[in-house]
Amino acid sequence: MELNIVDLSRLQFAITALYHFLFVPLTLGLSVLIAIMETVYVMTGRTIWRQMTKFWGTLFGINFVLGVATGIVMEFQFGMNWSYYSHYVGDIFGAPLAIEGLMAFFLEATFVGLFFFGWDKLSRLGHLAATWAVAIGSNFSALWILIANGWMQNPVGSAFNPQTMRMEVTDFFAVLTNPVAQAKFVHTVSAGYVTASVFVLGVSAWYLLKDRHRDLAKRSMTVAASFGLASALSVVVLGDESGYLEGEHQKMKLAAIEAMWETEPAPASFTAFGFPDQEARKTHYAVHIPWVMGIIATRSLTTEIPGIVELVEHAEERIRQGIIAYDALQDIRAAGSTAAIPDEAREAFEENGGNLGYALLLKPYVDDPREATDAQIAQAANDTVPNVPTLFWTFRIMVGLGFSFIALMGVFFYLSARHRLDRYPFLLRLAVIAIPLPWIAAECGWIVAEFGRQPWIIEGILPTAAAVSNLGASTVLMTIIGFSAIYTVLFIVEMTLMLRAIRKGPEPDDEPEAAFGPRAFVPAE
Amino acid sequence: MILHTLIDYETLRVIWWLLLGVLLIGFAVTDGFDLGTGALLPFVAKTDTERRVVINAVGPVWEGNQVWLILGGGAIFAAWPPLYAVSFSGFYLAMFAILFALILRPVAFKYRSKRENPTWRATWDWALFIGGFVPSLIFGVAVGNVLQGVPFRLENDLRIFYEGTTLFELLNPFALLCGLLSVSMLVMHGASWLMVKTSGPIAERARAFGSIAAVATIVLFALGGLWLWAGIDGYRITSAIVTDGPSNPLAKTVEQAGGAWFANYAAHPWMMAAPAFGFLGAALALILFRARREVTTLLSSALSVLGIISTVGVSMFPFILPSSIAPGASLTVWDASSSHLTLFIMLVVTGIFVPLIVAYTSWVYKVLWGKVDEEEIREGKGHAY
Repeated sequence: MELNIVDLSRLQFAITALYHFLFVPLTLGLSVLIAIMETVYVMTGRTIWRQMTKFWGTLFGINFVLGVATGIVMEFQFGMNWSYYSHYVGDIFGAPLAIEGLMAFFLEATFVGLFFFGWDKLSRLGHLAATWAVAIGSNFSALWILIANGWMQNPVGSAFNPQTMRMEVTDFFAVLTNPVAQAKFVHTVSAGYVTASVFVLGVSAWYLLKDRHRDLAKRSMTVAASFGLASALSVVVLGDESGYLEGEHQKMKLAAIEAMWETEPAPASFTAFGFPDQEARKTHYAVHIPWVMGIIATRSLTTEIPGIVELVEHAEERIRQGIIAYDALQDIRAAGSTAAIPDEAREAFEENGGNLGYALLLKPYVDDPREATDAQIAQAANDTVPNVPTLFWTFRIMVGLGFSFIALMGVFFYLSARHRLDRYPFLLRLAVIAIPLPWIAAECGWIVAEFGRQPWIIEGILPTAAAVSNLGASTVLMTIIGFSAIYTVLFIVEMTLMLRAIRKGPEPDDEPEAAFGPRAFVPAE
Repeated sequence: MILHTLIDYETLRVIWWLLLGVLLIGFAVTDGFDLGTGALLPFVAKTDTERRVVINAVGPVWEGNQVWLILGGGAIFAAWPPLYAVSFSGFYLAMFAILFALILRPVAFKYRSKRENPTWRATWDWALFIGGFVPSLIFGVAVGNVLQGVPFRLENDLRIFYEGTTLFELLNPFALLCGLLSVSMLVMHGASWLMVKTSGPIAERARAFGSIAAVATIVLFALGGLWLWAGIDGYRITSAIVTDGPSNPLAKTVEQAGGAWFANYAAHPWMMAAPAFGFLGAALALILFRARREVTTLLSSALSVLGIISTVGVSMFPFILPSSIAPGASLTVWDASSSHLTLFIMLVVTGIFVPLIVAYTSWVYKVLWGKVDEEEIREGKGHAY
């Protein structure tokens, strides 16, 4: 197999993003759980809650640092491997990334130092404020990253400028309030909360099984189960498929997830099981559940969801209009000054410019899209179908796991309310086994959202293949090997330290129950 | 949205050029001492306790400091997209080396003292050294290459082609000199931070290294200036300059010319304040190192960092990334920015948040003020590294 620069660049991005996303969900959720625990400490003055804060804080720190280290790679890679993308959409996409730094990451990274180093230097309320700053910072961080990502999925509030050959922002408010970004934010943040809750629940369950730190474990489980139940409900109910009707390719993604080849009358049925066959455009051994898909995707009984075949036909039309736009763009570029642009070119571009990106889908087949044959156009239209079996299965794994988290959290919430957390070793073992599952769900979610976005890097605007930097394949192969090597080593180191810290357990906290201090707020018990 | 026309495009571009400088200087002044401290670690601290003192001297603040770099990256992406696209892809392997070092650094800080094993700790100490030394060197080497021009060209659709062949061509003599200047400047800065945060033998060693680094900074900065004057052609725009046109780098013509990097000083003599600060700060730092002063040494060395980085910006203005193989495609302040609207929005956001960041960062520094206590570290008090 010949190594191609587009595939290699995608592979590197996928490896580094999936790896980065091993640490992000736990950071998002655990920061909030820790802040809740410390709030209880400050309100009650009971040292067990401080001990819990410090213990989970140690595990948080081991995880957080790798999130930071791998996050820098994400920010730099757009420019390194996707330079045409960076030029083409930097005017819009760069802004939320920069604002993330200004508003969120600075807050989080500055106060995380105080969280670890400030116990003896700050009043109790002061330290609590630092902890909340970390939690709020990391959650705001997710907001801005997902505004950037949401724009890639549904590029609102922007227009192509022929003079600068790039997309430029026209309505920043629309970029901020992009419905796809909002759906993604709620879904992703909830997923992070579930991840942290399952983690805290599982580690605590292990302590109960070992008959260690019972007090700390039970309290932690109570917090994790209540917070986790709410989050697990939210992650499923507010799944980000609510954003899937916003754009043409979001619809394609939905159809691919469902392996829905032909448009069905509303409300569409849900294929619970089957083997999608991309070549034959058929799903073998399909088991359908009537109505469910229509309700999940559209929240209505009457909205029709288009099937893959119909969407490919749309794509073909748009490619043809894109060719007209491409032709007009060449005339506009050749004109030199704005005044010299021929009227026909201006009108043709105004009418078809929205489909310019579709013409670029032809680039892998022909240098000048205007010379494309009908067969090439049909082929490019067919390329707009993402890999159906992958999407079909990753989506089902994610959803199945999502429901299992509701069950897990529900059970432990009930046990906690009835003070029976340590009664059933079988359930405790289940909680331990469940620890890795949220990560599997989260990575599947990433694959559905981003692999499902292909062949577009920005839906309808720029194909992934056109966005890549002109680097040598061997150069990128070398950095893939480099990143994989260091990431593997750090993963092993991280897991070793995490397991050691868990096995070691919390530090004894023998300082007296907090007394009333001049700067501390402690209600009487 | 019409609000953004309150500030014209030309002014916004100049403001964003200044802000780019502010962010890079913010990074070099804050995270710069973390990098310098990392590079000094194996030399100023011999025993394990000493090393922990040095690590804890930057431990609580390096994470926040590093955000200046991340913010710098984000701001270049948002305000200067062509600069971000050309430089990050052009310097691909150099960027990879920086990333590699910057991945090691946070992990080394956090994980080093989690185990007692001496081999474990020694390994992470070297990781901290690499994490400090390598980025310091590469940042300087990159600037050295930018001053000479970078081999890239742009096609009509503004697709970027970088025609450099190997990583080693980046390591040319002038660029290496700039790399060494960057290392000595940040080592001087790191040493002055250690003067503030430590005492006893560590502070004494830091003082010795800091003095050497201050001398090296002065010598290398002077040599670099002479070399630039005598041996390196600058760039100048030869077509009419349009300061508020669309960001299309291909709309102008540029030529290489000897002494072009000094033209701004002739036209605006006050700009000589930048190199003057570079020299003055380092000379003051040297004197104050000798006099065993602490905070004033740190401030002087910060002044030197500010002066040296500003010198590069002022010398090149309006160029930000000249092209050696297609000078007309060079990126300048007038044709490599974001749109008028984006620059305005980002200015508003920056105007709100940078003062907030400065305020809470100062508060955190104040809370953490004072020397690192060896006793506390031995007793393992607090969550020290």
